[in-house]
Amino acid sequence: MTEAISATWFLACNTTDVPENGGVCIKYNDEQIALFNFTRRNEWYATQNECPHRKQMALSRGMIGSNNNEPKVACPFHKKTFSLQTGECLSGDECSIKTYPVKIEDGKVFIGV
Amino acid sequence: MMQIVVIGNGMVGYKFCEKLIAKAPHQFQITVFGEEIRPAYDRVHLSEFFAGKSADDLSMAPASWYEENGIKLHLGDPVQTIDRTNKKVISFHGIITHYDVLVIATGSAAFVPSIPGVEKKGVFIYRTIEDLELMAEWAKKSKKGAVIGGGLLGLEAAKAMLDLGINDTHVIEFAPRLMPRQIDAAGSAILTSKLEALGLSIHTSKNTIEIAGDDAIQSMKFSDGSHIDADMLVISAGIKPRDELAIQCGLTTGERGGILVNETMQTSDESIYAIGECALYNSMIYGLVAPGYEMADIVVTNLLGGNKAFLGFDMSTKLKLIGIDVASFGNPFAEGDGIRSITIEDRNKGIYKRINISSNGKTLLGGVLVGDADQYNALLQTCKNNIVLPPNPEDIILGARGSDADQGAGITALPDDALICSCESVSKIDICNAVSEAGCETVDAIKKCTKAGTGCGGCIPMVKDLMLYTMKAQGKIVRTVLCEHFNYSRQELFDLVKIKKIKTYDEVLSELGTGDGCELCKPPVASILASLWNENILKKGNDTAQDSNDRFLANIQKGGTYSVVPRIPGGEITPEKLIAIGEVAKKYQLYTKITGGQRIDLFGAHLSDLPNIWQELIDAGFESGHAYGKSLRTVKSCVGSTWCRFGLHDSVSFAIQIEERYRGLRSPHKLKGGVSGCIRECAEAQSKDFGIIATEKGWNLYVCGNGGSKPQHALLLATDIDEETCVKYLDRFLMFYVKTADPLTRTATWLNKMEGGIAYLKAVVIEDALGMNATWEADMDNHVNTYECEWKAAIETPELRKRFNHFVNAPAEKDPSIQFDEMRTQKKAKDWK
Repeated sequence: MTEAISATWFLACNTTDVPENGGVCIKYNDEQIALFNFTRRNEWYATQNECPHRKQMALSRGMIGSNNNEPKVACPFHKKTFSLQTGECLSGDECSIKTYPVKIEDGKVFIGV
Repeated sequence: MMQIVVIGNGMVGYKFCEKLIAKAPHQFQITVFGEEIRPAYDRVHLSEFFAGKSADDLSMAPASWYEENGIKLHLGDPVQTIDRTNKKVISFHGIITHYDVLVIATGSAAFVPSIPGVEKKGVFIYRTIEDLELMAEWAKKSKKGAVIGGGLLGLEAAKAMLDLGINDTHVIEFAPRLMPRQIDAAGSAILTSKLEALGLSIHTSKNTIEIAGDDAIQSMKFSDGSHIDADMLVISAGIKPRDELAIQCGLTTGERGGILVNETMQTSDESIYAIGECALYNSMIYGLVAPGYEMADIVVTNLLGGNKAFLGFDMSTKLKLIGIDVASFGNPFAEGDGIRSITIEDRNKGIYKRINISSNGKTLLGGVLVGDADQYNALLQTCKNNIVLPPNPEDIILGARGSDADQGAGITALPDDALICSCESVSKIDICNAVSEAGCETVDAIKKCTKAGTGCGGCIPMVKDLMLYTMKAQGKIVRTVLCEHFNYSRQELFDLVKIKKIKTYDEVLSELGTGDGCELCKPPVASILASLWNENILKKGNDTAQDSNDRFLANIQKGGTYSVVPRIPGGEITPEKLIAIGEVAKKYQLYTKITGGQRIDLFGAHLSDLPNIWQELIDAGFESGHAYGKSLRTVKSCVGSTWCRFGLHDSVSFAIQIEERYRGLRSPHKLKGGVSGCIRECAEAQSKDFGIIATEKGWNLYVCGNGGSKPQHALLLATDIDEETCVKYLDRFLMFYVKTADPLTRTATWLNKMEGGIAYLKAVVIEDALGMNATWEADMDNHVNTYECEWKAAIETPELRKRFNHFVNAPAEKDPSIQFDEMRTQKKAKDWK
């Protein structure tokens, strides 16, 4: 979640639209972005919604959690897991997902696109 | 650089390359010629090709592996000539390669007896993936199959026929019994009866004299004048070494085939080695993979200046033939010289065990196991390491009676150099060191570190035991815990959550766990909460702790749509309700299919349509079928005494009663039931977690059956009981299971792991051995009284209902990436990209 990179901030939704410790899918033009409210860590993450394994638009419906303190999401289809910080696949596959910066202002969620 | 040419890219040829590269990377220039078009694959597990494995799954290493290691691999290009004078080989495509050292690993071919008609269409051999592909194509129009050969390979081929859907298959063996080289007559008899029970027809002492038919096979004639009809035949009557190249270039070969080698695998030409099934050592062809690997290791060791000799090889084998364990070890047939044999024959369970003991009663010489080979590894080690037998040697095949002390002693008694994995030559000490020094604490880690268990896989149970034993010896506590966030087993967690009366996943994690949770602990904890308190699974923030299917109360399908399964208790449905389902399916354009559990599944629903679909279904009188949950699915029934002329009792009414009692019960895994109105068992109740079958006097209750990948018949828990007693026993049984099973463990596996097995389960459920029955019955009554339909709650609660949208910032839009194809006038999900 670095703000150092020059990002255009896109207003995605209200913080209350996203369930605690879960995700939702955000429509941004023709893209689909998975947004996660990691309440337990008091952190927000955003990644591409498509799981690269079988090209399914599903990561926002996956369970989030951690592996040795690294926050991750598990795809509901075949339980491939990806780091929410780096996008790297943590279950040994040669694929990764795109991540986006997130910022919260006045109860609004912005995604850096 | 020394040039090594390997002829043959089978399992042994590959293993030679792998071992050479591992021990001396980039020291040699290696060229490999293979006849087949694929790089080496696992021929031992070839029959799994029909059970769904792909050619890639079976591959030993991809073509890129050879490239990365500087090996020139020529596939589909067999060597045609060996020019020993100029040390050159010439391939089919004309590639000429010089060698300093030549390794022949051409393996073997199927032995095809010269029977008239053997050339007819529909006659196959069973050796390569190509053979299998040809068989699969032909099998589509075949109904009656035959296999010549009742040995190890023949029975593998018979399994392949069953996998191909040819259920009427005959096995023809020339010898008077099956597997004559491995097991004795009594063991063969048990094996025969078990195979016959699976539908195979076994013919022994049969000599095939003609394969008859016009263009393709139609029947087979035997020397005793008998015949059978068959439209497909697989010949798997043995192997013959591929020694034609060796003969052509003048190497010494055996009279009955095979390239003669000495104890370093050298042929009569000192620059040429032969390994694997083409090599003849001490008048013997070693037709197993483990000795082939050992031969490869010997050539590698000696090439690198070491000194290692082949001293023959233990031909002990253990395999699962069509689900039946068969093993033989040491000298299975040892007799005479005061040698004594102990045999156990259990025709009821189909188990035969024989051990041969030296005249002084101290050492184990060999033996045979059929039907149950759990003790194979322990027996093999006892035999190979000359471990002194206990005073009552029968104990080692009868199993530990009353105590489990023997099992641990079995491993501890082994010497450090005892060979555990014979495929990869890994000894006991290697495995113990991998655990104590390299820190491997899973079987996978040990496999990676030592390669043990990566060949035939037969030693894996022993590797696991050694791992646990070493960890225990290091003072490590070995327990089945949920994951890194919970240092508890499911059962411990169940009790703790109950005592502390915790109601949400987040609180369970805070009070009993560490960290942030994960996909391994969330579903089981959410399931425990639902089993204990029976509250709505989507409320109190527990929705995001549910597995995706539970979270959206529907099954996610290929493409990202969901399927909808309304409950149809007992499979009984009115015409009005059928029409209602049809109307909903039409309106939302859903694919409809009857399920195996007598319900109707509606596929292809968009997430945002789910609440509307359920609104209409609930208005029509339906409720959730919990097809998405680890909970009761269906109680299947036959039509029973209301219509059937054989029916003894009303199985449909009883099935409905049971299904409505246990609907919504969250459990460690899914639960299925069945009720049959008579012994004909049309509801297939014995393949369910609980099955009830009508008798003249009442009902028989069976438990812990399973379909799925490892089918298992349910076991009889109680006989001739009335409906009230049956429900009582079921309440107790289900609560016992819900409380104690590990996550994702079906009742069958739960019982298999239970000490004391079905006898103990009877003691608990019927005789109240744990004193828990009153509690469990009360718990179940509470479940029944607090049940509510989750979908009804979801559509009536606005904050739950709004979660069923694909885009949170564009709720009216559906996922534009979802696409369908058409098939037989309905839709289907677009294939994976």
